[in-house]
Amino acid sequence: MTHFINGLLRFRRGSWELLASILIALGVIMLMQPFVLSLFTYSFIVTLVGTVMFIIVSHFPE
Amino acid sequence: MAENVIDRAARATPPLVAQKVKGLSDRAIAWIFVAPTIAILLAINIFPLIWTVYLSFTNFRVNRPNSDIEWVGLRNYERILGDPDVWITMQATAHFLIWTIVCQVLIGFTLAYLINKKFKGNDLWTTIIVFPMMLSPAVVGNFWTFLYQPQIGLFNYIVGFVTGADPSSFSMIGEVSLAPWAIVIVDTWMWTPFVMLICLAGLRSIPDSIYEAAECDRASKWRQFWTITIPMILPFLMLAVLFRGIENFKMFDLVVQLTGGGPGNTTTLTSIDLKREAFEKWRTGYSSAYAVILFVTVFGLASIYVKALNKVKQR
Repeated sequence: MTHFINGLLRFRRGSWELLASILIALGVIMLMQPFVLSLFTYSFIVTLVGTVMFIIVSHFPE
Repeated sequence: MAENVIDRAARATPPLVAQKVKGLSDRAIAWIFVAPTIAILLAINIFPLIWTVYLSFTNFRVNRPNSDIEWVGLRNYERILGDPDVWITMQATAHFLIWTIVCQVLIGFTLAYLINKKFKGNDLWTTIIVFPMMLSPAVVGNFWTFLYQPQIGLFNYIVGFVTGADPSSFSMIGEVSLAPWAIVIVDTWMWTPFVMLICLAGLRSIPDSIYEAAECDRASKWRQFWTITIPMILPFLMLAVLFRGIENFKMFDLVVQLTGGGPGNTTTLTSIDLKREAFEKWRTGYSSAYAVILFVTVFGLASIYVKALNKVKQR
């Protein structure tokens, strides 16, 4: 966990990619879950933020 | 011999062209070769994508080309993401996606594992198993509607024979609870061979020497399976899941032919809903926003999946 937070603070690719991946996965789960409509409503923005973040942070140093 | 051909080609080239090309750098020549491909990609991929994003912020309707196009901002996105019908469509897609991938990976891997064992008629069985994949989805959808017929369908007859139920007492494509499973069964029947072929390639790429070394160390078959076969075939399995996941996310033809999205909306997948919005209701701006949402979802999923695949390959 400390390694992950340090990676975020130092703008390292691994940690930021992990964060972006979590956001994308969360967005897709929110999009397809059958329980709460409001989660579906906000799913796209979560996926979009995750995807854009993934594209940007994949250019960060290792 | 090769020099002669080159010399002859050089002599055959008109002097003017030769002089012109001589003045170009390697980089410039590379650009000349690549430029047509880039131009085609921009024209048929990138431009429509940008145009779709633009249209998603408008109320444009393609059946009214002369009416004014109004900028509506995020209204299309708000409508889609607040619509319970679209939400149900997403759930139907999720059901189809998850179950087809689970069934295809499990059955495909099992078949590949069995086919990989050397036995008589091995190649014949491979050809027979691969057969469904070669058929057109329209043909598959059509003949499975006959197999699912409650009165004369072979599927109902077999289920009735095994379970003792009356074959005409249920309709796979006519009942709300069964129709989602009907499309899962057909897609699994059709595309399991594809997963099997990928797994077979993976299994055949594992050198025998590794298993021999494991046997020398007295590793059991079970242990060999979990510590050699599974880790070495994992990149192939992940590749199969990626291909099938993307393909099934945009599944259209098979389901339209089989159920037409019914009964009700139970088998209306996102691609079917999108087609209805775009080409039956002619709501181009709305359907563009819908397409952008699907694109971002698939793109995001594919990005993390490719990253995971690369990690597994590096191990």
